[in-house]
Amino acid sequence: MHAPDPHTDPMVPVIARVTGRTRELSDVVTFEMEVEGWPGFAPGQFNMLSVFGVGEIPISISGPVSDTTRIIHTIRDVGPVSHALAALSPGAVLGLRGPYGAPWPVQAARGRDVVVIAGGLGLAPVRPILYELMENRDAYGKVTLLYGARSPAEILFEKELGDWRSRLDMGVEVTVDRATNAWHGHVGVVTALLRGADFTPANTTAFVCGPEIMMRFGADGLTDLGVAATDIHLSMERNMQCGIGLCGHCQLGPVFVCKDGPVFDWATMKPLMRIKEL
Amino acid sequence: MSGAVPAAPVVFDAQGLDALIAALADAGREVFGPVRRDGAVVYEEVASSADFPKGWIDEQSGGHYRLRQEGEAYFGATLGPQGWKRILHPPKQTLWRTEGTGEETKIIREPLDETRRAFIGARACDLAAIAAQDRVLIEGPYRDPHYAARRANLFIVAVNCTRSADTCFCTSMNTGPKATKGYDIALTELDGGRFLAEAASDEGLALLATLPTRPATTDDESAAEAGIDRARDQQRRIDTEGLPALLKERPDHPRWSEVAQRCLNCANCTMVCPTCFCTTVDEVTSLDGPETERVNSWASCFTVDFSHVHGGAVRPGAKSRYRQWMTHKLATWVDQFGEMGCVGCGRCISWCPVGIDITEEAAALRKEGG
Ligand SMILES: Cc1cc2nc3c(=O)[nH]c(=O)nc-3n(C[C@H](O)[C@H](O)[C@H](O)COP(=O)(O)OP(=O)(O)OC[C@H]3O[C@@H](n4cnc5c(N)ncnc54)[C@H](O)[C@@H]3O)c2cc1C
Ligand code: SF4
Ligand code: SF4
Ligand code: FES
Repeated sequence: MHAPDPHTDPMVPVIARVTGRTRELSDVVTFEMEVEGWPGFAPGQFNMLSVFGVGEIPISISGPVSDTTRIIHTIRDVGPVSHALAALSPGAVLGLRGPYGAPWPVQAARGRDVVVIAGGLGLAPVRPILYELMENRDAYGKVTLLYGARSPAEILFEKELGDWRSRLDMGVEVTVDRATNAWHGHVGVVTALLRGADFTPANTTAFVCGPEIMMRFGADGLTDLGVAATDIHLSMERNMQCGIGLCGHCQLGPVFVCKDGPVFDWATMKPLMRIKEL
Repeated sequence: MSGAVPAAPVVFDAQGLDALIAALADAGREVFGPVRRDGAVVYEEVASSADFPKGWIDEQSGGHYRLRQEGEAYFGATLGPQGWKRILHPPKQTLWRTEGTGEETKIIREPLDETRRAFIGARACDLAAIAAQDRVLIEGPYRDPHYAARRANLFIVAVNCTRSADTCFCTSMNTGPKATKGYDIALTELDGGRFLAEAASDEGLALLATLPTRPATTDDESAAEAGIDRARDQQRRIDTEGLPALLKERPDHPRWSEVAQRCLNCANCTMVCPTCFCTTVDEVTSLDGPETERVNSWASCFTVDFSHVHGGAVRPGAKSRYRQWMTHKLATWVDQFGEMGCVGCGRCISWCPVGIDITEEAAALRKEGG
């Protein structure tokens, strides 16, 4: 909450500097950046990133909360601003406002089983959850990650997925929509993996991130297994011009996705997501 | 506008009105009020009472607005197309610009507009609209500092309506026709170019004390009340009882498709709506240099772009866009800000090119659709 000082201007970014760049996929790049006075963030929060002369877009933070200096973003090149962002190289400067939004309630899940379901680029906004789970593994019950990508070539964070998969204290399953000859894993929608997963529904908190249709099926699947709607959390995406409740674009019926979300529980989202074109 | 002790009402005439404008100008304020321009009443800077549309009244109905000469009143014409948001939350607001490039880039924020202004002639519904925008732009977790600065430097002289347009429904929305809060001084126009004036702030009280006035008699006060009652009786109604829940429960009511057939998606209704606050940020690049500027402009949920996300708009259909506008005004605004986002000014009715009437649509949506 900002002090009511008329001279603070939440729409004005600070200068961020790119300190590292990793190509993940043909159209996805992960950046490390730094800003002076970065306050840190909570899993699920996002920044508004500006390329000068191009524009500004919301991007989730995909790094660990425990890294208090580097800000990590994973960006898919889909249009003008994300394209300009993806083209930045170390040393480049950009504008940054944030962090904004209601986070994933990860710590509230301590003592419980945790199921993370991600689809496509949706693995980036949940990665801070996975880091928290790994860093404080003993604090949680059984941990499951179910991840779906369109094809084997589009699997994000493949090396990390491999590392997590080799751990004995975590269940990791990956599926693809379209297999290639070299693929020996699951084929089909990610929600189909729920049936084989090991968790106690009544004592489970779930975090779901990906395309809306996938989140709907994921939440329905979890509900069918007995996970409470208030224990299922999703991250919503809407057009965002401000990220702070002023521009109106992110409205989803009664809520503003930017300031009330982007993370909402299924009890709140289910009745809204049922309405076409809300 | 705090710590106000209601003082006894006073009465002044046209000279007093001029003295009021002069006193506000002497206090270093830009004074805005209703003037007649291109066949409509708009809010512009005024120098004296001669600028007001004296002797003109408005005729309004679905898709129709016309001024004609009748009577002698200064404030006989009710609302024109523009609300005060054009001044407080202007159609374009520069946010910041850059200087230098690359490593040397500096971000220069746009200075705040701390002009001291006074509005004369704000109606009760428009005061409610300003309060609604305050709730969005000042009272949320983050504030729009440009709006907040203009608001902090504003003095408001309200005018109670003694005549309503056919399109007005402030009584149903509980916002008028009498101003009850959010002003420094409220005037009620009486016959013969006289005004009953009441102050509601210390600054308003002090200002009234400098004008040539006399104490109001009980006759003056009852004449003022009678005028306001007349305005109340001239209005159309909208039944708001249970309306928010009802609208939210009927996203598939056939009336939405029916109104979508008539709606042109022109966005007029959102532009003239005094509570609509939505904006889009655009990048403006200069042709002759590397500097860029971020500009915030009014936006409307009637455009497809408004809900654009990668993969397509969330609301591609005209039905869902009309539904967003009307449901936001009459239902979800209550969830978001604790009250309705419609103040009953009726501008969206008059300025809709095809005469779509929100009160009629609300009534139609009440009926079970088949
Ligand atoms: C809370 C949140 C978190 C996100 N996290 C990530 C992430 O971690 N990684 C990632 O790659 N993407 C993320 N996105 C999506 C990303 O914001 C869009 O892909 C991006 O805005 C596309 O802009 P563009 O200019 O590249 O392309 P276009 O789709 O052509 O967009 C055109 C313009 O629309 C406007 N716009 C505003 N909000 C959006 C939006 N949500 N989607 C599309 N356009 C928008 C922008 O002004 C943009 O320039 C997130 C979105 C939200 C709402
Ligand atoms: S009706 Fe549309 S333009 Fe007006 S405030 Fe609501 S979303 Fe914004
Ligand atoms: S003014 Fe009328 S036609 Fe235009 S968008 Fe509004 S309802 Fe539709
Ligand atoms: S992004 Fe502007 S109000 Fe939510």
